Amino acid sequence: MFILGTETVRFFQLSGVSVWDFLTGTKWTPTFADAHFGILPLVAGTALITVGAAVIALPLGLAAAVFLSEYADPRLRRILKPVLEVLAGVPTVVYGFFALLHITPLLRSIFPDVQVFNAASGAIVVGVMILPLVTSLCDDALNAVPRALREGGLAMGSTSYEVTRQIVIPAGLSGIMAAFILAVSRAVGETMAVTLAAGSTPKLTWNPTESIQTMTAYIVQISKGDTPAGSREYLTLFAVGAVLFAITFGLNILAKVLVKRYRMVYS
Amino acid sequence: MAFAATGPLGRRRKLADTVFRVVCFAAVLVACAFLAYLLISIVRDGIGRIRPDFFTSFSSRRPEEAGIRASIFGTLWVIGLTAAVAVPVGVAAAIYLEEFSPKNNRWVSMIQLNINNLAGVPSIIYGLLGLAVFVRFFALERSVIAGALTMSLLILPTIIVVSQEAIRAVPSSFRDGALALGATPWQTMRTQTLRIAVPGIITAIILSLSRAIGETAPLITIGAVTFIAAVPDGIMSKFTVLPIQIFDWTSRPQPGFHTAAAAAIICLMVVLLLLNLAAIVIRARTQQRI
Repeated sequence: MFILGTETVRFFQLSGVSVWDFLTGTKWTPTFADAHFGILPLVAGTALITVGAAVIALPLGLAAAVFLSEYADPRLRRILKPVLEVLAGVPTVVYGFFALLHITPLLRSIFPDVQVFNAASGAIVVGVMILPLVTSLCDDALNAVPRALREGGLAMGSTSYEVTRQIVIPAGLSGIMAAFILAVSRAVGETMAVTLAAGSTPKLTWNPTESIQTMTAYIVQISKGDTPAGSREYLTLFAVGAVLFAITFGLNILAKVLVKRYRMVYS
Repeated sequence: MAFAATGPLGRRRKLADTVFRVVCFAAVLVACAFLAYLLISIVRDGIGRIRPDFFTSFSSRRPEEAGIRASIFGTLWVIGLTAAVAVPVGVAAAIYLEEFSPKNNRWVSMIQLNINNLAGVPSIIYGLLGLAVFVRFFALERSVIAGALTMSLLILPTIIVVSQEAIRAVPSSFRDGALALGATPWQTMRTQTLRIAVPGIITAIILSLSRAIGETAPLITIGAVTFIAAVPDGIMSKFTVLPIQIFDWTSRPQPGFHTAAAAAIICLMVVLLLLNLAAIVIRARTQQRI
């Protein structure tokens, strides 16, 4: 953390870029002769991927968790849980390979104007990648809801759907929100899949068919080349890393606060 | 009557219940189907490429001759060294935090909070840290040891947290029994607590090492090279690892390299699945015993 901080400060000192320009600039061309250091395009790229992934993973993950905790047979559960864990352990570079060579051609056959590198394909695989995490954490949150609450609802003649929607999910809501936030934070920090699938053109766009660049992909792009220590490119790595760290750290803290509040209710 | 099970309203409630159940089940099916598609298509892409010479030859400019020898040995070196560094440190830290640290101490709880937070930091941030500290500051250059130390940092929080849980799960009656018989805290730790917590700790080690095997981003950041035609011969030599080789081959335009990447993915996945299976078996056996 300390290292990240000092190198970031050195970046601002050395490059003569003000913090304000860095955070609000809309042009990111650090390696060009006419260098601009506005991080917004990278942040927007990351946001595009994250939002897309969240749209896929959060509803699916919650529904799967509801199935696991409310409907599934204990035997089926014993099979599905380890499967989820194994899926969570698939290396991200594998998802990147899959996105570039299978999802993208599929998207291009449906929508011809999709570029070879595009945000949509990256968002889809990141969504699938965080799905096991969402399911597993939501499942834990739902399981922590006391049985008595469910039985009370069922005894009043409610159907399982009504019990789930009106009792179990509200009772486990802070745990579910925490799961969502942790998953989003994973998606923000995700590197290899988006580097392979989404391309490396920092661009301020909301169009998922275009090629973009995320903060993580930028770090990979620069560090693949041999950057001399102390050079401007080298220092931008740390400035971008600091922003990335701040975002994920903030999200994780938020999740922790929610879980803490949630624990106080039932202990 | 809102609660009647018959009549049009009741039927609608029943229908909603059925629809909801089907939707939830469909979510599980969609997830499983996608992952089956992923695995099947990768196996189909790569299985024909797995021949003996794939394992014994180095990467090449010609896709048909490219092999994973350098990356297999690179992975073995990095993971071996990572385990050598992270396992003793991580387990010792877990034992200290769980058994010997002063309770209700501000520093201890601050360290604990920090470790928990570190587990959620994106891996590429660890890569930047490794770049600044090991590669530049300690001037280890882009070597195996720099990669292994970075990986150790990455998996240490996981090892510590999961090992702590394993130690915490040991019933305190075991400890109290040993202490009552006059054993020192250290003897209690060694002969009772650790012995029971070992399967949990091993699971923690296996899972975090398998995560390290699949990690790409931090090693790219510290500058593992993608094209190398030699097996590492010491801790200071340059290296590449399987995921980086996969990344490199995937990002090339020639389809031949994509096939090679798929074949390398199959090798990587087989190793990871075996490790995960080992962890699941160990856990299942301990659950039976207690």
